[in-house]
Amino acid sequence: MLGQVRSYDGDAWVDWQWVGDHLDDIRTAAQTHIVVTAEVVALGALIALPLSLAAARRPVLRSIVLGVSSLLYTIPSLAAFALLIPYTGLTSRWTVLIPLVSYTLVVLLRNFISGLDAVPADARAAADGMGFSNRQRVLRVELPLALPAIMAGVRLATVSTIGLVTVSAIIGQQSLGLLIRDGLERDFRTLIVVGAALALLMAVVADLLLHAFSRAITPWRRAR
Amino acid sequence: MSLLGDVYEWMTDADSWRGNSGITHRLVEHARYTATATIAAVVIAGPIAAWLGHKRRFGTLGMNIANIGQTLPTFAILVLVVQVVGTGDAPVVGPLALFLAMTLLAIPPIFTNVYTGVANVDDAYRDAARGLGMTSRQQLLRAEVPIAAPLLVTGLRIALVQVIATATIGAYAGTGGLGRFIIDGFALQDYPQVFGGALLVAGLAIIGDRVLVAVERHVGVNSPRI
Repeated sequence: MLGQVRSYDGDAWVDWQWVGDHLDDIRTAAQTHIVVTAEVVALGALIALPLSLAAARRPVLRSIVLGVSSLLYTIPSLAAFALLIPYTGLTSRWTVLIPLVSYTLVVLLRNFISGLDAVPADARAAADGMGFSNRQRVLRVELPLALPAIMAGVRLATVSTIGLVTVSAIIGQQSLGLLIRDGLERDFRTLIVVGAALALLMAVVADLLLHAFSRAITPWRRAR
Repeated sequence: MSLLGDVYEWMTDADSWRGNSGITHRLVEHARYTATATIAAVVIAGPIAAWLGHKRRFGTLGMNIANIGQTLPTFAILVLVVQVVGTGDAPVVGPLALFLAMTLLAIPPIFTNVYTGVANVDDAYRDAARGLGMTSRQQLLRAEVPIAAPLLVTGLRIALVQVIATATIGAYAGTGGLGRFIIDGFALQDYPQVFGGALLVAGLAIIGDRVLVAVERHVGVNSPRI
């Protein structure tokens, strides 16, 4: 390490020399960012799916579920991270996962429930008429028909999670945000620009990929 | 339990409320930041979305462009704007960066809801408005916008709640507002202050949301239900 006395340009927007020397660090940050985002969205969807199936036909449960999740949304992520630290620990990933999963619930529940709402009564009646069990009707008729709305929710949740994961850097957790924070603290612009640019790029790419994916899995929508 | 006790103590201590770094001042700052950004988003996105909705054109394109604002990570935007405008500790840089980041965040829900609301106004009302001899502009302003009002307010509510909660990270770029309690409290390991700050943000978000609901009830035309 001591042999590395090469000095980097702190004022340049991007010092490519530094980028070349630190590809591994950048890759680690980006990978962690992707993994955390995937975990958050997957957990959120796992929670939201049964909840919305249960709430879609029960007005009381529905308003409770939607009300509680919107209330959670008003808590700033930064405060949620900071407040969980005494319970989960500074370095535990749960400190980041718990708040971010709860934020995704607002978007996911709203979209899942409105998707299920939009399933035409005819389609449900037809499924019943064909002798489908409740379970079959949900799996083969309601969920496929709600898929566009479900995917729209997943897309929104993913993109906003990518943004929120960067904030977790303020409490020191690994992500692209940590590059940004280190750059600010060491007054080294390259780190800031690289971290921010990759976070922006990741969000845009995820948005496009999920859009393409949701089109691919709902081929019947294109037929129109 | 002692944390809650300390939070209660912090929030009820008259000293916490006084002065330039007191709760009252921070609340006003926070409300000002969020109001300016939300109003800017309405001014920018509202007319365009309403007109496009009236024409029922370019909706998907418009929503995709607007959604870019939501795609961009707020923290990254905030830090980048500070870098571009200048890192000097001028008191304008932080608030300006926050303003831009928050406006970008508020545009997508406003655009989407205004466009969808106006575009989905029933043809019967559009025809009736035309039949009354209204110009295109009058149709939009006197018929479609009032009928779409509930959805317009929904968009505004989503934007406002998001902006109020997110504006806390402005404190990281040196702005005032309620985020100060969270960032400074965290730096000082003063958890009652962090908790109190979070409560104030959540409270402000809920109040802002309720105010918009009330405004809609009073100002909004009772949109005819079919």
